[in-house]
Amino acid sequence: MISGVAEDEEKWLAAGIAGLQQNAFYMHRALDSNNLRDALKYSAQMLSELRTSKLSPHKYYELYMRAFDELRKLEMFFKEEARRGCSIIDLYELVQHAGNILPRLYLLCTVGSVYIKSKEAPAKDVLKDLVEMCRGIQHPLRGLFLRSYLSQVSRDKLPDIGSEYEGDADTVTDAVEFVLQNFTEMNKLWVRMQHQGPARDKEKREKERSELRDLVGKNLHVLSQIEGIDLDMYKDGVLPRVLEQVVNCKDELAQFYLMDCIIQVFPDEYHLQTLDVLLGACPLLEPSVDIKTVLSQLMERLSNYAASSTEVLPEFLQVEAFSKLSNAIGKVIEAQVDMPTVGVVTLYSSLLTFTLHVHPDRLDYADQVLGACVKKLSGKGKITDSRATKQIVALLSAPLEKYNDIVTALKLSNYPHVMEYLDNETNKVMSTVIIQSIMKNKTCISTSDKVEALFELVKGLVKDLDGTLHDEIDEDDFKEEQNSVSRLIQMLYNEDPVEMFKVICTVKKHILTGGPKRLPFTVPPLVFSCLKLVRQLQGQEENPFGDETSTTPKKIFQLLNQTIEALSIVPAPELSLQLYLQCAEAANDCDLEPVAYEFFTQAYILYEEEISDSKAQVTAIHLIIGTLQRMHVFGVENRDTLTHKATGYSAKLLKKPDQCRAVYACSHLFWVDDQENMKDGERVLLCLKRSLRIANAAQQMTNATRGSTGSVTLFVEILNKYLYFFEKGNPQITISTIQGLIELITTEMQSDSTTPDPAADAFFASTLRYIQFQKQKGGAVGEKYEPIKV
Amino acid sequence: MNFIAGVFKPPCSVLISLADGGTRKQVPIKKDNGQTVMLPLFQSQETIIGEVLVEPTQGKKFEHNGIKIELLGQIELFFDRGNYYDFTSLVRELDVPGELYERKTYPFEFSTVEMPHESYNGVNVRLRYILKVTVGRNYVTNMVEYQEFAVRNYTPPPPINNSIKMEVGIEDCLHIEFEYNTSKYHLKDAILGKIYFLLVRIKIKNMELEIRRRESTGSGTNTYVETETLAKFELMDGAPVRGESIPIRLFLSPYELTPTYRNINNKFSVKYFLNLVLVDEEDRRYFKQQEITVYRLLED
Repeated sequence: MISGVAEDEEKWLAAGIAGLQQNAFYMHRALDSNNLRDALKYSAQMLSELRTSKLSPHKYYELYMRAFDELRKLEMFFKEEARRGCSIIDLYELVQHAGNILPRLYLLCTVGSVYIKSKEAPAKDVLKDLVEMCRGIQHPLRGLFLRSYLSQVSRDKLPDIGSEYEGDADTVTDAVEFVLQNFTEMNKLWVRMQHQGPARDKEKREKERSELRDLVGKNLHVLSQIEGIDLDMYKDGVLPRVLEQVVNCKDELAQFYLMDCIIQVFPDEYHLQTLDVLLGACPLLEPSVDIKTVLSQLMERLSNYAASSTEVLPEFLQVEAFSKLSNAIGKVIEAQVDMPTVGVVTLYSSLLTFTLHVHPDRLDYADQVLGACVKKLSGKGKITDSRATKQIVALLSAPLEKYNDIVTALKLSNYPHVMEYLDNETNKVMSTVIIQSIMKNKTCISTSDKVEALFELVKGLVKDLDGTLHDEIDEDDFKEEQNSVSRLIQMLYNEDPVEMFKVICTVKKHILTGGPKRLPFTVPPLVFSCLKLVRQLQGQEENPFGDETSTTPKKIFQLLNQTIEALSIVPAPELSLQLYLQCAEAANDCDLEPVAYEFFTQAYILYEEEISDSKAQVTAIHLIIGTLQRMHVFGVENRDTLTHKATGYSAKLLKKPDQCRAVYACSHLFWVDDQENMKDGERVLLCLKRSLRIANAAQQMTNATRGSTGSVTLFVEILNKYLYFFEKGNPQITISTIQGLIELITTEMQSDSTTPDPAADAFFASTLRYIQFQKQKGGAVGEKYEPIKV
Repeated sequence: MNFIAGVFKPPCSVLISLADGGTRKQVPIKKDNGQTVMLPLFQSQETIIGEVLVEPTQGKKFEHNGIKIELLGQIELFFDRGNYYDFTSLVRELDVPGELYERKTYPFEFSTVEMPHESYNGVNVRLRYILKVTVGRNYVTNMVEYQEFAVRNYTPPPPINNSIKMEVGIEDCLHIEFEYNTSKYHLKDAILGKIYFLLVRIKIKNMELEIRRRESTGSGTNTYVETETLAKFELMDGAPVRGESIPIRLFLSPYELTPTYRNINNKFSVKYFLNLVLVDEEDRRYFKQQEITVYRLLED
């Protein structure tokens, strides 16, 4: 059916072209023989082909173009005729004898063009006559093409300023008048097209109409090319008239296209100076017009104009461009009740881009935009439309991109409110974008207010939002997000301890709401931030805060305690333990024995109650030992308790080698180099002996279970400990003990049942080499080692 | 045979010539047989001067009952063919009865002849002017020779020439207002005007302006009316909407119009009408006819 129509159309077009060519042939012959009468007769017949109603715009255009080419030849002939002395006025009458109106008017326009060129009559009179006579064609398609022809042949003959057709009688006003009238008539025809024909073809018709729009828009283009239209004229004469037509035509397609045309063809400067008028028309357009795109285009153009040169910026201020645009958007949204959310957001997004370009210093403007946007969104709940969401992200990203500084964005009080309208997923994405911006620009956020605001923004990452299902979250994504949050926490810094403490409190408040999955990511950076502050305070000679409200390490430790406690409940015992130990060490450095003790206690409790995995235990115990070894704040009693416990834990590890290693590590707890009161040689020896026993037991166990003794590595390690303490001058470590141990190892290694272990051999060999080396050093060390035989 | 031939052969030739025959303007007039001939043109009150040349055939003398020339204005109605109504008849005696031996020239003059009507060649009627020379004969038919000439009368522009303005319509369907700039047009005039659409509820396809000529002849029950459409001039293509105004500009010169003739000698009238026709998509025609007066403007 449809292909049938298309085929028929092809046929009609072919027939039209054939008829046209045939008459064109006779016309050429008449032209060649200077036969005016026949030339007119055949040209009229040729143009009669354009009277068809059977062609779609596309095909009609093809036919029209052919006729157009032929008419150029005819025009040349008319020019010749006029040159030969034929009265152009007579010619102008003669062509009007044609009985059919369409050929008559094409001929009239053609002669009219020559008439103007001849300057025998003022251009304006001829133009006025032509544009008036064309009213005879009320058929939209034929009328549009005829008027398009008129526009085409007249465009180089307008009495523009500086044009040869400008004269006393002809002014640029006449040129404008002519173009405007032609434009108005064409638009009327174009709009009318939709009402013609059966309703079922409406869609097809609209498509065809759309194809014709450039014929109408061309007039605006011609207008924009008229040099003589200055700002005043544009403001008072041109724009209001064009807009009047646009508004009155009440047609969605036309209104959208023409508004867009106006914005595109006229200079930015004019738009800026006529914003009132232009924007005033927007709420008057049909509710279905995609006004958001129109306004966005306008704002984009103005933004680019503003960006093009700083010299134009005062103009923007002078005309109060921002408030005008802002008002207009409000009115348009009010007028178009059915405007989808995406439209609303797009408008505000464009306005925001505009204000960021034009008034980068006026943060309040940006905030106003966001505020207005929030107001319009309120009551709509979360936005589900993905395009709208995209626009909100664009809206929110704009200030970040512009200022490269989140601190500025944080001043926008409405920023977080806008974010609330995002769905959870997008909210997170946006939060990540914000954090990335901070990272990229290395922005330092330094006050608690800002931190508060920032966390309000990124709360999608910091805590669970309503309705999020955990199953849906990809584990890797989650880790990525939380890592970015923890990186963010590190970026918060203020040199002033008081403020920094406030910052920390704020962060704590927020991250504690994060739930068990987030705490392991967020607590450590906070703890280290606190510790950094502690170090800072500790470094100061005097406590600068005399009063009770001030920040003291003690206070910070309290906070730390609570924070880590929260983490331990998660549970994340290993991590908590590490953090407790870190804190303990910091407390130690601050000489806060009770605090340090408390931290240790917490760590021990965790060890006892929560850490059951043997591998984790091993790691934990070594950490405990390592930390405890460095503690100097404890009194004898506390230290004894802690040390005793640590040793006890060590001996209770599951695997013998682990026990052994933990126990010999404990030996260090009794011997701290730089503390004279911490050199208990006897207990060191006890530990080492104990570890030897355990090593033996381990050896035997292996023997029993596998039929061969295990590696001697443990022995060599213990030997190294012996040597260490020997060197440090522990009186309890004697040459003979060392000698005995060496022999023991040697024997073990030579034993048949020993499994060969090259690593252990090498370790032992290198230990022995060390002894040799020390011997050769001479001096006190050399003497000390001298007795050892290897 | 020779004798008989001698009897029927015209005994002389008659030639009518006008004094200013070489310079006088001539106009084309269509004859019955469709041929166009050029005739000298006069207007009322003109003096017609010329001469009649009578020459005996083969130089033989012949006898006549007198020679006269008449100027006749005749109306011929085609349904009454052969009967002429002479509304003008002037006679000049050129010669008394006698004998004519050789070629003789008789000058004649009709001074300030009243010729109120124009020559006209219509569908059912013809109005013509002739110069008729009669050579009277005894026993045989008179010798008659004709010379036709054309008359056109010029009028100055009418002092009162109102425009034609009218609102017409079909209720709730179509209302238009049209205006022709004047009601009287000369033959080379242009009709200017506009049509304003007040209400359009029908799908109009196009609109044209027709020039119609109505020739009525006879009177009473013997009245014959012939209407011819001389011009069909398309004014508008496509369907207008309310508020549109369509210009009219129709040049009359390409059409063969005559002035309006009203009740010429109680025999016939020729009237002109403008007929505005709107055609809808179903080819229904809506029209309104208005009489206009056509006159022949005195040219400089």
